[in-house]
Amino acid sequence: MRKFLIAAIAGPMFFASCKKEGKEPEFNQDDLAPLSIEFDNIVGGTNLYLNSTTYTNAAGEDYSISLLQYYVSNIKVYKADGTEYVVPQDSSYFLIKEGDVASGSALVHVPEGDYSRLVFTLGVDSLRSTMDVDRRTGVLDPASGMDEGMYWGWNSGYIFFKMEGLSAAAPVDGSGQHKFRYHIGGFGGYSAPTINNIKEISIDLSQAGVAKVRKERKSNIHLMVDIAKVMNGPTTLSIAANPTVMFSEFSATIAANYATMFSHDHTEN
Amino acid sequence: MRKVKVILLLVGVLVLASCKKEIIDKVAEFAGFQKPSNFPVPAYHFDTNPVTKEGFELGKKLFYEPRLSRNNTISCGSCHIQASAFTHHGHDVSHGIDDRLGKRNAPPIMNLAWHTSFNHDGGVFDLDMQPIVPITTFEEMDETLENVLQKLKAHPEYPKLFAKAFGSETITSARVLKALSQFMVLCISAQSRYDSVMRNEASFTAEEMQGYELFKQKCASCHREPLFSDLSFRNNGIGVSFNGDAGRYEITLNESDKYKFKVPSLRNLKYSAPYMHDGRFYTLDAVLDKYSTGMQYVQNIDPALDKGNGSYGIAISSEERVYLKAFLNTLNDEHFVKNKLLSE
Repeated sequence: MRKFLIAAIAGPMFFASCKKEGKEPEFNQDDLAPLSIEFDNIVGGTNLYLNSTTYTNAAGEDYSISLLQYYVSNIKVYKADGTEYVVPQDSSYFLIKEGDVASGSALVHVPEGDYSRLVFTLGVDSLRSTMDVDRRTGVLDPASGMDEGMYWGWNSGYIFFKMEGLSAAAPVDGSGQHKFRYHIGGFGGYSAPTINNIKEISIDLSQAGVAKVRKERKSNIHLMVDIAKVMNGPTTLSIAANPTVMFSEFSATIAANYATMFSHDHTEN
Repeated sequence: MRKVKVILLLVGVLVLASCKKEIIDKVAEFAGFQKPSNFPVPAYHFDTNPVTKEGFELGKKLFYEPRLSRNNTISCGSCHIQASAFTHHGHDVSHGIDDRLGKRNAPPIMNLAWHTSFNHDGGVFDLDMQPIVPITTFEEMDETLENVLQKLKAHPEYPKLFAKAFGSETITSARVLKALSQFMVLCISAQSRYDSVMRNEASFTAEEMQGYELFKQKCASCHREPLFSDLSFRNNGIGVSFNGDAGRYEITLNESDKYKFKVPSLRNLKYSAPYMHDGRFYTLDAVLDKYSTGMQYVQNIDPALDKGNGSYGIAISSEERVYLKAFLNTLNDEHFVKNKLLSE
């Protein structure tokens, strides 16, 4: 009984203290605090498990996913009053890899403040895609993670989004598997214009929780990334009809689909 | 009398000796990148990768390094043979690792400092990024850049060579690629007879001169001097390859780029047969036959080949062919294919 009472009193006190802490500090571009953005890959209403789970797409085809990774870059945050902070570009490239906990989120540093909108690029911007090789370090180093290669040598540029898996709907390939492969890239072309699959994603944080970035803690924006949308987006995709999509016109359809896969679930402040 | 003779002899020997020394010093001196006087300003970004002796030497070692391939059997030099003007002589398409066959003819490593795109389809726009293609391609070296770095780091000599070239033993992909570029930009072919004529060091024979005039009329709009390519992508009407290779289209996905390939240089044809992106012609005569009589309409055929009467090609009489071939022969650069500086 007493315990209950204490809990009842402590509860509101705790909340109150939280609220107090939530008072917004002044915006100072030279004084930064950590902010992480978590990319929680799911399929419809269930968590995504590589290889072991079978999902069904809107075309009625069963599939499993064996590989999923994508670039997130050029992160920007906005306050309710429109104040913008652009994360310096050299610290703003991340490769999100399903199955690798360390590569499940993007950690950046932004001024203390309350942010109600998050904007990022899904892919690698055209400028960086054409920069001197000295500037292609970290996840952009053509030597990093090449076993699951995110760089096209023959058509210089990064693969923005890569998803592979098995499906009975896919025809048997050279390796004897019923495999589907979606390698989506294309920054618009260097000397001649071509497909541009760079997607800017803008996410409203005001409904599910603004990010209250403070130095003494790490605010975490938890995004749900519904991979089912790759096939069930604005266009319903059939694995049977498109088992392999790489650098082709149809890649734009997949990119338009996956641009819709992000939603803000909550923010841990 | 005798004394004078002896002194003269001594002086003579001394002079000769000093001469010899001077020559040796000159050879040993590394000149770096030198633009030939009859060439335009290069396109390569020397500002972010200045050529140094140490960087060039490292690049050369890497160019001839089989560790760049999965099982340490194939080097860049395997398919880009200097004696063949850095092409794969006698091979329509090249065989890489495990004798796997590629789909296109190995292009020459020649005058690349002036190029703005690389490969037959121009899919690579920075020379530094070019070596990634053969290193990672399944039919070529089938290796990863990551593994290459590991092999080089574990090698007894490379860390020291990287230190000499770049100031520290750190081996990164950027350093490997830039060293290779330093070697490649020095693969300059500019000492052919044609170049000597252009630099007023020699003159054409009457036959060569006739050929040069014909060349200017009939070939130069695509094979622009002094690189003998305007570096554009064109469909030269030879017809679609057996493998349906769509060329430039694969990079731009633009229907009007279908079956277009980068205009190849006409330098060093003597050493670099077979010709065309798929190496389908083994002799120069076969090429000229195609242009003069064997051409037919193909989607996106170059307008320069349209004779206006429903037929395509370039009219070349048998007499003109003799002159043209005499001129083309002046584009062969023996110095380039024998230059010790570029040899393994």
